[in-house]
Parts: sequence; C-alpha cells; structure tokens
Amino acid sequence: MKKITTPLTDAAVKDLKAGDSVLITGIIYTGRDSAHKRLIEALNAKQPLPVDLKGQIIYYVGPAPAKPGYPIGPAGPTTSERMDPYTPALLAYGMKGMIGKGNRTPEVIEALKKYTGVYFAAVGGAAALIAKRIKKCETVAYDDLGPEAVMKLTVEDFPVVVVNDCYGNDLYEEGMKKYRKT
Amino acid sequence: MKEVKYQDIVNRVAKLCIDANCLIGDDIINSFKSGLNIEESPTGKDILKQLIENAEISKNEIIPACQDTGVAVVFLEVGSGIKVSGGELFDAINAGVAKGYKEGYLRKSIVSDPLRRKNTGDNTPAFIHTEIVPGDTLKITIAPKGGGSENMSEVKMLTPAAGWEGIKKFVVDRVMRSKANPCPPIIVGVGIGGNFEKVAYLAKKSLLRDIGSVHPDPFYAEKEKELLEEINKTGIGPQGFGGRVTALAVFIEAYPCHIASMPTAVNINCHAARHKTAIL
Repeated sequence: MKKITTPLTDAAVKDLKAGDSVLITGIIYTGRDSAHKRLIEALNAKQPLPVDLKGQIIYYVGPAPAKPGYPIGPAGPTTSERMDPYTPALLAYGMKGMIGKGNRTPEVIEALKKYTGVYFAAVGGAAALIAKRIKKCETVAYDDLGPEAVMKLTVEDFPVVVVNDCYGNDLYEEGMKKYRKT
Repeated sequence: MKEVKYQDIVNRVAKLCIDANCLIGDDIINSFKSGLNIEESPTGKDILKQLIENAEISKNEIIPACQDTGVAVVFLEVGSGIKVSGGELFDAINAGVAKGYKEGYLRKSIVSDPLRRKNTGDNTPAFIHTEIVPGDTLKITIAPKGGGSENMSEVKMLTPAAGWEGIKKFVVDRVMRSKANPCPPIIVGVGIGGNFEKVAYLAKKSLLRDIGSVHPDPFYAEKEKELLEEINKTGIGPQGFGGRVTALAVFIEAYPCHIASMPTAVNINCHAARHKTAIL
C-alpha cells in the first residue's frame, strides 16, 4: 500500500504503477460533466480557473446529501468516460490526477504519458465507506450547479487503485487478460 | 372492496425507498462472502471486503450504500379487490418517493426532460409497472436503479435461428463491453421472448430475485448457470481490475413470443442490487 499527499509532483506520479493500491491524504477537488464543461470554457477563453488545479486531483463524484452531523453524504465515483473529452486539456494545464471508475479513451491515456499524470479508480458503490475518509467538504466554485458544483475535499487515507499510470500501462486491460479463461 | 389509505401508501413507499438504499440484502452480503472463497486476485478480494464493510456502515448508520440512489423503479401488484381511498394510487407512490428521497437524504437524480435536463428536485416521477392480480392486497416493490449499470444495458431483436448460442454470445459480449462501468461484481438480468418493449421489462423484473435463488424451470436454471460460468471466465473481476468474480448471479425471465422473433434484453445491475417489498 502506497501513501501519497496532494498536490502531486512529477516524481510522485512517476512512482505510481498500474495496479498499485494507494491511500491519498490532502486536498482533492470534485468535478463532473457540467463543471468540466465550464473549466474548459474558461481555459479556452484564457480566463483564470476558479480553483488552481496545478498539481491537483479531480474526483468524479456527485455525492448524496449529507445527513446532519456528517461532512458529506455517500460519495463513490461516477463513470469517468463522460469526462474524457475535457481531460487532455486539463492535464496539459497541469492537473496531475483523476479519480473515477471505468475505462478512459486512448487520447486520455496518451495525455497521461505526455504530461505525467495518473488515473485512479475508487471502488464504485463503496460510497458509505469512502465518505468516512472525507473529513471536510466546501463548495469552492459553480455553486449554481448544485451536486455538480466544484467542492474542495479534505481527505485522509482515501483508498484508490492506479488504473492508468504515466507509462501507458492499463490495469483494466492487464488485469482482465491475467484472469481470463478461454 | 378492501380500502387502502392514500397516506399509508405514501408512508410505506417512503420507508421502502430508504430501506432499499440503506439496508443491503443478506443475499448480497452472503454472495460477497462466498466470492471471497472463489476470488483469486488479491485486489479483487480486497474490494469484496470493502463492499462488505460498506454495507455494514450503511446499515448501522442508515446512510445509502451508494451515492447513486437511482431511479425509483416501482413494481405494483394491485389486487382486484382493493380500492385506494383519499387519493390516486400513482399520486401516492410519487408522494412516497418524494418523501423518502428527502427524509432519507437520498440523491435526487431525475431530470424532467431528456434534452433540457432540469432536475425535478424530488426524484419523481417514479417509473411504475402495474399488474392487476386476484386478491385484496397491494404489493409494492421498490427497486432503485443506478445510472452506471443501466447505461450498460441493451435490447437486441435476435431471430430464432440465433438460438441459445446467439443469446449467450450477446449476453457475454454485453458484459465484456461494459467492463468496469457497471461496478462489478454485477447481477445480470436477461429477458428472452415477448416483443421489443416486453423483453426489457422481463430483464428488469428478473433482477428482483434473490441471489442464490434457483429458476423454477430446470431448463432455465441450467442456462443461468451456464451464463454465469461464461461471464466469470471473462476475467473482468471485481471493479474490472481483473479476477474471477465478475457476476454474482444471472437471472433469466422468459415469455411467449412471435414465430419470427426471439427478442433478448440484458439489464445489468451493480452489486448493490437494491429492492424491498411491502404488502398492504
């Protein structure tokens, strides 16, 4: 089990290999479909981003409402492929990592190599367990998007697995091949 | 005519929504546990353990096991001898869903129009399937269904010449193409027969069965076993990281069909195969 803290340096990303189980501590940002659209619109218009994503990790999540006394509701990953069209530009900008579930496009995998980034998966459906590792949650951009707003999460030992590393390896492909019976 | 009160339906539906999302069935938890004995991948085993722990947290604290608390799919068996008093049946169901999703801190995931996409704010409308049956009871089953697994589902209008081999190929291929997206280990609902709209319903309805239950028709019990074995040979494994436990169960629901047709539907469910039933 590897432990990392955010923001990530190139050296930290290079140390991660597809298949590694990793615990993340520090700040991560949430973002899904609508927030990505706006972030890219800002980049294209050469406007500053509402949060500095350089070295940071975006978590693809739309949490359930928090019960009173809880910092956040259940918060498991959503399917990453919907964010694929926006991802290479964010990696080029300096974002270092993403957390979601499911396969990425060849363009994203190539961008991870080119810009030294990493794609993690969190366990889909383990949302109550994952929420326990989120200590603090505040909305920092795009309030009007409701559950799709960008939130700043303070996490401790947030459990993920490296799917795509910066060397072009892909756990989904390799893992399936390894256990396939014909 | 036996009377069923509007408000009793509302209250019961609200509770079913919360219970379905927070109290993961023992059949599912037991299948995670037996999966631990079969799984060869260390990461796969670790995920099954996390899912068991997740279900425990969810049950102990009454918080949803998954943040995608789904569309409220409702199956009604309405006894011909009952009468709803104080309001309309479907209004009561929708009022119950709105109440349950609000009071249970469940996520509201319904938009009022597929293109204009404005959230309705209370997770209504519920998607209601109704059968009129003999008797004087109202049976309500709530099966919240998440988007990730639903998006991996498909209907194919196979023709009789495709035979069982054609069905098998379609089902396994659908699972292979889904990979990690529907949150494996999955439950695979297969509808065979009927027509275009009926077959999707059959696949969905099959997902109400408990894991470990055996199809009452030995012919289909055998087919379910064969499909499960094929799917678990794919190597997709828990969360798609590679492993043995890709599916926990395959359920088939068959129905009469046209001489020229053999419609087949695959409705994939995630490991949180949520459904709760009440009889009023």
